[in-house]
Amino acid sequence: MSTIVSTTRSTRAELMRLRAWPAVWITLGAWLVLSLLFGYLFTYLSYTSGDPGFADEGTTQAQQLARMMPDAVPNVFLQGMPMFGGALMMVLGALVAGNGYGWGTWKTLFAQGVRRTPALVGSVLSLTAVVVGTLVVTFALDLGVSLVIATTESQDVVMPSAGSVGEAFGAGFLVLEMWALLGFLLGTLARGPALSVGLGLVWALVVENLLRGVGQLLGWVETLTEVLPGTSAGSLIGAIVGVGDGDGTPGVVDTVPGDQAALTVAAYVVLAVLASIALVRRRDVT
Amino acid sequence: MTANTPVASTESLTKVYGDRVAVDKVTMTVQRGEVYGFLGPNGAGKTTTLRMLLGLIRPTSGSASATSSVGALIEGPGFFPYLSGRANLRVLARHRGLPDAEVERVLERVDLAGRGDDRFKGYSLGMKQRLGVAAALMGDPELIVLDEPTNGLDPAGMADMRALVVDLARGGQTVLLSSHLLAEVQEICHRVSVIHDGRLLREGGVADLRGGVSLRVRATPEPEALAVAMRLAGDDGVRRDTDGGLLLTLPADRAPDVTRALVGAGVDVHEITAAERSLEEVFFEMTSQKEAVR
Repeated sequence: MSTIVSTTRSTRAELMRLRAWPAVWITLGAWLVLSLLFGYLFTYLSYTSGDPGFADEGTTQAQQLARMMPDAVPNVFLQGMPMFGGALMMVLGALVAGNGYGWGTWKTLFAQGVRRTPALVGSVLSLTAVVVGTLVVTFALDLGVSLVIATTESQDVVMPSAGSVGEAFGAGFLVLEMWALLGFLLGTLARGPALSVGLGLVWALVVENLLRGVGQLLGWVETLTEVLPGTSAGSLIGAIVGVGDGDGTPGVVDTVPGDQAALTVAAYVVLAVLASIALVRRRDVT
Repeated sequence: MTANTPVASTESLTKVYGDRVAVDKVTMTVQRGEVYGFLGPNGAGKTTTLRMLLGLIRPTSGSASATSSVGALIEGPGFFPYLSGRANLRVLARHRGLPDAEVERVLERVDLAGRGDDRFKGYSLGMKQRLGVAAALMGDPELIVLDEPTNGLDPAGMADMRALVVDLARGGQTVLLSSHLLAEVQEICHRVSVIHDGRLLREGGVADLRGGVSLRVRATPEPEALAVAMRLAGDDGVRRDTDGGLLLTLPADRAPDVTRALVGAGVDVHEITAAERSLEEVFFEMTSQKEAVR
């Protein structure tokens, strides 16, 4: 049987079980709630209350309203991805791979003669499908909310250009996919969900931010941070949406140019898949 | 019964963890169509050997090979707890390119069809075990490896599992059954091997291992009885029974000869019966680990 046929079968199987897994829906729901809260709700409350300091320092009501219009959806869609979106996708990736060891489902699968590489690639592809689904649902929700606000506020509806939508989808995919697959790699390394989720979250939310702080004092640390996943993801999004004044959006930075950041993020995607395959092929399954 | 074609074999199979040798140069062969019992106390190396046979873990040295058409239940069933038993099997079926009808067939086979839509995490230990066996049966594999399949089953469930294995063997499927329930193995296996402390002590037919029928003799005084017995059965043909009597490796129809010889030598004969050693007795003799086996 060809590897492509085996991989296709495993992808269908993994999609079937991911669809029914509450963890997937909870992760997606958490992301959507956070995305709406920080993308629209707080801005809208600030806009309607007339308190410019509520959501975004120094912005006027007109600027706040413009941020909630349909043509600004690509930016709103992207801004939470380096921090919340990435962390949530990493958790999901770690759960997908790590629980296979914790529940013994990898063992059950391989004991029935299912080949390791196609099964693992199938799992990665199904995780990728979840990432794509998350992007589509998020964009649709953001667009829906912005249309409601535009209508409510009697504003002209100007849709985002196809180019900006494509760019936002491409960058968003790279960032979420990278974190999901790094989580998958961590789950494979740790052969369980708990340690991989914990380590991944500490890294994504704490360690990289601390290193960026230290990097201002030590040149070699600064050089190192330029190739780290969080910095690269933040720089990729920052190159599209802009960093803004003041503290800006958490996780969105301008440390490295956008094209360099995109290449680094893509390299992490490839690296995570290859490393996961190598680990699963080589190691004992107990 | 057997076609003398190996469907699984190991050659000097060895697994070392740190300074502990878990499996030590194990060589065994499972022939097509037979029910092969793999016996050993807990921690003897049974599951490690089976894992290497299935490619789940790598041997430190030696080799293990099995047909690619294999279904296995290894050290307890592993399934997605949030899915039903039926959905779990369907996921496995998708991985292997099998139709959903196959899922229904194996659920019926292990008597789980009625509870197939219950979530796996709500199953009893016995139901989980049966689902694991169902997974191993999917696709009608050439070789079925069952590692302690009766764990967690009640007496009725154990009887059902025994019947299932016998039924599989009748259907020509090869079954490699790991167990420490010796009566079960004696009843359903054609050949067995005994592993202890990682080493294979013996491999052979169940009847060969049990050594055929013996004569059990209880007579006094014992030294004179032993001398007569050794004269009749030879030095190697006499051993002590667990209850202090003597076991003579002689056919049952020699009982009158033995009785006459004993009485002629002035020995009082209290009991003489035909006795067949159970696999359990043989196993205890080999392993000297009675307490490790129920």
